Amino acid sequence: MTEAAIKTTDLTKEFRGLRAVDGLDLEVPRGIVFGFLGPNGAGKTTTIRLLLGLIAPTAGRAEVLGFDTRTEACEIRARVGALLEHDGLYERLSAEDNLEFYARIWRLPPQARRDRIKEILTHFGLWERRRERTGALSRGMKRKLAVARAVLHRPPLVFLDEPTSGLDPVAAASLREDLRSLAEREGATVFLTTHNLDEAEKICALVGVIHKGRLLAVGSPEELKARGGERLEIAGRGLDERVAALLSARNEVLAITREEGRLTLDLRPGADQAPLVRAMVEAGVEVEEVRKTRASLEEVFLALVEEERR
Amino acid sequence: MMHDVLTVFWKEGKEILEMNGPRGGFIRLLIWFGVFGVFLPLELGEAWLSSPAALLLWVWFPIFVVANTTAGTVAGEREHHTLETLLASRLPDRAVLFGKVWAAVAYGWLLTLGSIVMGVITVNLVMPGAFRFPAPLLAAGGPLLSLLAAITAAGIGVHVSLYAPTVRQAQQTLSLATLLLFLVPTFGAQALPSGMRARLAAAVSDLPAGRAVVAAAFVLAFLDAILLAAAAARFRRERLILD
Ligand SMILES: Nc1ncnc2c1ncn2[C@@H]1O[C@H](COP(=O)(O)OP(=O)(O)OP(=O)(O)O)[C@@H](O)[C@H]1O
Ligand SMILES: [Mg+2]
Repeated sequence: MTEAAIKTTDLTKEFRGLRAVDGLDLEVPRGIVFGFLGPNGAGKTTTIRLLLGLIAPTAGRAEVLGFDTRTEACEIRARVGALLEHDGLYERLSAEDNLEFYARIWRLPPQARRDRIKEILTHFGLWERRRERTGALSRGMKRKLAVARAVLHRPPLVFLDEPTSGLDPVAAASLREDLRSLAEREGATVFLTTHNLDEAEKICALVGVIHKGRLLAVGSPEELKARGGERLEIAGRGLDERVAALLSARNEVLAITREEGRLTLDLRPGADQAPLVRAMVEAGVEVEEVRKTRASLEEVFLALVEEERR
Repeated sequence: MMHDVLTVFWKEGKEILEMNGPRGGFIRLLIWFGVFGVFLPLELGEAWLSSPAALLLWVWFPIFVVANTTAGTVAGEREHHTLETLLASRLPDRAVLFGKVWAAVAYGWLLTLGSIVMGVITVNLVMPGAFRFPAPLLAAGGPLLSLLAAITAAGIGVHVSLYAPTVRQAQQTLSLATLLLFLVPTFGAQALPSGMRARLAAAVSDLPAGRAVVAAAFVLAFLDAILLAAAAARFRRERLILD
């Protein structure tokens, strides 16, 4: 199977004139964790609903595991797992019964059902509370249970809409570890949405940035960060207004900030920093330290969204 | 398909029984059987075992329960945001529909059968002499007609809840519909000229009871077939998710 897990061509969804998803061209290879990043209202949830064939696109098309979302949605839904924006748990039923129901839906045989439910509830630390009404569980516990339900039947592709929302940092980190091993060890494809760039950076092999329904960039977190250019942090004596003005006049410098004896320069992608240091020395600065850092994914993300806004 | 219907049936059954918490469900049953299994039979006495009026009553039992339960299950899943997750699974639309319908029907019908049996026992307890069984017409017609009426109610419940965003709205529409069901025949009959009304009453009371039951069964079965076919046609994922 070499074909992509997900492939969309010009996928568009309009809600009464509002383009929630606008000409999306996206390809997600199999066996990786893909992160869909975007601010509120960017169109992430709508994309997942389109990919599951729950709503029909206004234009364009999408294929999931080789099946068309318009005509073969049943085939898609028969193979994937999904955690949508709401937990979708039956609050009157116990945690165990919620999983039991979905295990029956996925036609796990009785013994396999019991074993798998025990395994996964234990893994998420919910085994002790399996008999309680789900409504009585905490927000984060419900989210964990909902994730458990999405991966219960070991689907080759799983959609997770903000899986770590509501989880404490330890639980979120452990879920990220699970998702990564799902992709690495079991070869599953994970399609997740998140606002948490740190999260995307940690587990996603590929990241797509969406804003107002438009795909702004796709790449590995490293590639995206490289797009953001580099940042130079300089410490020394004589870093005054004059030097700052001198540097900000240079073409390779995008932005400059000065605070007590330190300068931070944001450089254009691919800029060479040696001439900058030389210029500073020539201007009489006694340079003590030059540190090069990459812009974080967050900065790249904010820059992309900002650029689009202008 | 049958397997999927049973899966949904299993879940619905659990939810219906847990509707007001484990104790709430028990109290509800207690009230139900207290009214329809003890109080009403005591009031009716002998008539509970022989009068066609009892038959009418039995047919009315499941209607409210089943219509409300069905409406609650579709609109309820939408209101509690469980519907979309369910529809994102591999379950066919029809399995979801029929699992829900049969669960509500089974619940309403079992309650009715329970009340009938309890009523028979109650009447016998207060009446001296040998044990009396209900008249054959009632013994056969009661279970049959109440089952068919339960299906009718479920069909109406599905249609109402299909476009109701919340349980409350679905149930309000249903109350209105049942109210109309009462008011239209009552006022309709009163609006008739008195001669015609008398003739109509005479025709109805002259009808042999056995044949009336069979006719009613046919009408209900026909209505059920239409309602369920229409529900199956309308109960589609695209329509259930209100964009
Ligand atoms: N059913 C709907 N009817 C009308 N508009 C909708 C509907 N669903 C989504 N939208 C609109 O489409 C846009 C994208 O919404 P979507 O839920 O996909 O965003 P999102 O990226 O998931 O946001 P968030 O991070 O807040 O979850 C929003 O402007 C939203 O108001
Ligand atoms: Mg969303």
